[in-house]
Amino acid sequence: MQLSRDDLKRAYRSMVTIRTFEERVTKEFAQGNIPGFAHVYIGQEAAGVGVCFDLTDEDYIGSTHRGHGHCIAKGCDVQGMMLEIMGKQGGLCGGKGGSMHIADMSKGMLGANAIVGGSPPIAVGAALTQKLKKTGKVAVAFSGDGASNQGTTFEALNMAVVLGVPAIFAFENNGYGEHTAASYAVGAPSIAERAKSFGMPAEVVDGSDFFAVHQAMGRALERGRAGEGPYALEIVCSRFLGHFIGDPQGYRLPEELIQARANDPLPRFRTGVTEAGLLENADLDAIEKQVADEVEEAVQLAMAAPRPDIKTLETDVYVRY
Amino acid sequence: MSKKTYSQAINEALRQEMRRDPNVIIIGEDVAGGHGASGETGGVGGVFGLTHGLFTEFGPERVLDTPISESAIIGAASGAAVTGMRPVAEIMFVDFVGVCFDQIYNQAAKFRYMFGGKAKTPMVIRTAIGAGLRGGAQHSQTLHPLFTMVPGLKVVMPASPYDAKGLLINAIREDDPVIFMESKLLYGMEGEVPDEAYRIPFGEANIVREGKDLTFVAFGAMVPRALAVANTLAADGISVEVIDPRTTSPLDEDSILDSVAKTGRLVVIDESPPRCSLAADVASMVADKGFGSLKAPIGKVTCPHTPVPFAPNLEDEFMPNPRRIEEAARKAMAWAR
Repeated sequence: MQLSRDDLKRAYRSMVTIRTFEERVTKEFAQGNIPGFAHVYIGQEAAGVGVCFDLTDEDYIGSTHRGHGHCIAKGCDVQGMMLEIMGKQGGLCGGKGGSMHIADMSKGMLGANAIVGGSPPIAVGAALTQKLKKTGKVAVAFSGDGASNQGTTFEALNMAVVLGVPAIFAFENNGYGEHTAASYAVGAPSIAERAKSFGMPAEVVDGSDFFAVHQAMGRALERGRAGEGPYALEIVCSRFLGHFIGDPQGYRLPEELIQARANDPLPRFRTGVTEAGLLENADLDAIEKQVADEVEEAVQLAMAAPRPDIKTLETDVYVRY
Repeated sequence: MSKKTYSQAINEALRQEMRRDPNVIIIGEDVAGGHGASGETGGVGGVFGLTHGLFTEFGPERVLDTPISESAIIGAASGAAVTGMRPVAEIMFVDFVGVCFDQIYNQAAKFRYMFGGKAKTPMVIRTAIGAGLRGGAQHSQTLHPLFTMVPGLKVVMPASPYDAKGLLINAIREDDPVIFMESKLLYGMEGEVPDEAYRIPFGEANIVREGKDLTFVAFGAMVPRALAVANTLAADGISVEVIDPRTTSPLDEDSILDSVAKTGRLVVIDESPPRCSLAADVASMVADKGFGSLKAPIGKVTCPHTPVPFAPNLEDEFMPNPRRIEEAARKAMAWAR
């Protein structure tokens, strides 16, 4: 698929927004401005953006505990996200969700999910709606190499095939489920092979290459939109930082981290598009500047915002009770 | 109005709601039955026959047979619900929630709160509960206390054919996740059930029998048992009021408190182990809010703190039975203060 200059700028902008946002989250977390736990997406930007690039607000995604990148890639408001992650009034979920539960139904974002393997069954349901209502839309379940070992994921893969729903299983294999390597914990030769054995097409994709992810997703999307059933992508990428912010990562050698950074999806995109003469360095620099300003403003506003009104503690449990 | 069984009432509620609203779908194991087999497809209608005939009328897009994958059933239902459908999922026996509880209490029940009120998850989980059919430890539990303590879930325990239909129709039209707990012992129970659709709102207890000396609060299959004992006691001049809360979440506290204010004595009959049971919950609520009305300690008739046994004599003693209910009632009446 040929991408226009505007498309390329949009892709870069989305990836840079994730990177800048997550670097800032890391910094604000270290300074005590973010309560709880946070898991950042740095290094995996091309995966989320490549998958979400051609999705509409009426297509759904379910996400993971490392969900900020998926939110941004799906179009969630950065200001609303920062407010939410800081536990402030006006956050996307009113401060009731937090980093691990950010959702925005209006963007088809069915929530980050703090339960590993939580999203795949839900995505099957969202995909079932699309099939029954004949919308031509799809539902994507983001999950990791860790979730690929969960029983819920196996059930969801099989159910998607049996019901013939347009679910796309995007397995981001970043090499680690928490602090244990996928090479240890995934018993199958590959997650894609495992998905294939459930009866759906699946492929392994270079997750540091936006174009590779985007093209593979195009094949998944074509099948889903045509009502031909589910598809799986094993997107091989790298988690530059720890499982959570503050994870000292003693289990990874320094050389591994250096090697991972050598394949950074952002410079790779920049080199690719500038060498091909599709965009100028100046275009990309301008995007970085805009994004930096946008994130700075989001942080300043979020820092100044009040906590949720205590009266909201007991609201939103039920529609009616 | 005509006589129907509890099972027929449930089947009729499903059928009428499916005719009314094209977004209502049924999803579960063998809800049609026979897929991929050499014989008839759709003739099973669930292991207890509750969805019988629905596949024939509504077809495979509305009555969806699934693999034996409870997590994926609940996930598919909640994911469909939050994106615009109104699914009725069936978990064959409540005991099987052990393999899908995450999808119930961490996912479906919490969407609305976690997402700041921006999600609606209108789904019903129908499931069969209770002992008495010699099903053993993994096919005989009730587990309603487990669901009652989950914020975001509504918990329904119909005790008659009339209530089964009206409560199920209400459950399907609710915009929150509901767990609808069908007492297996009552599937064959007959009663008057209107032919047309009607709703019984949640959180409104049914005063099954009026009385002035003692209040029984009972749930699900324990309601007819409590009523039978109340009728026995009436012969001895003891007037028992029998209250069926119908839903444990929300719970109609006012009806219970009003009754205890009148009688001064309370016995709660609950088919579940004693710790953290509905008996304990109701007793605590009345001790907290109705202490001044009490003339006797609150009686609780529950199961013992054991798994459900298999042998018929053990299981009969495990369940709250007429003898144990009557003993608790007489003890409450004998208390002098």
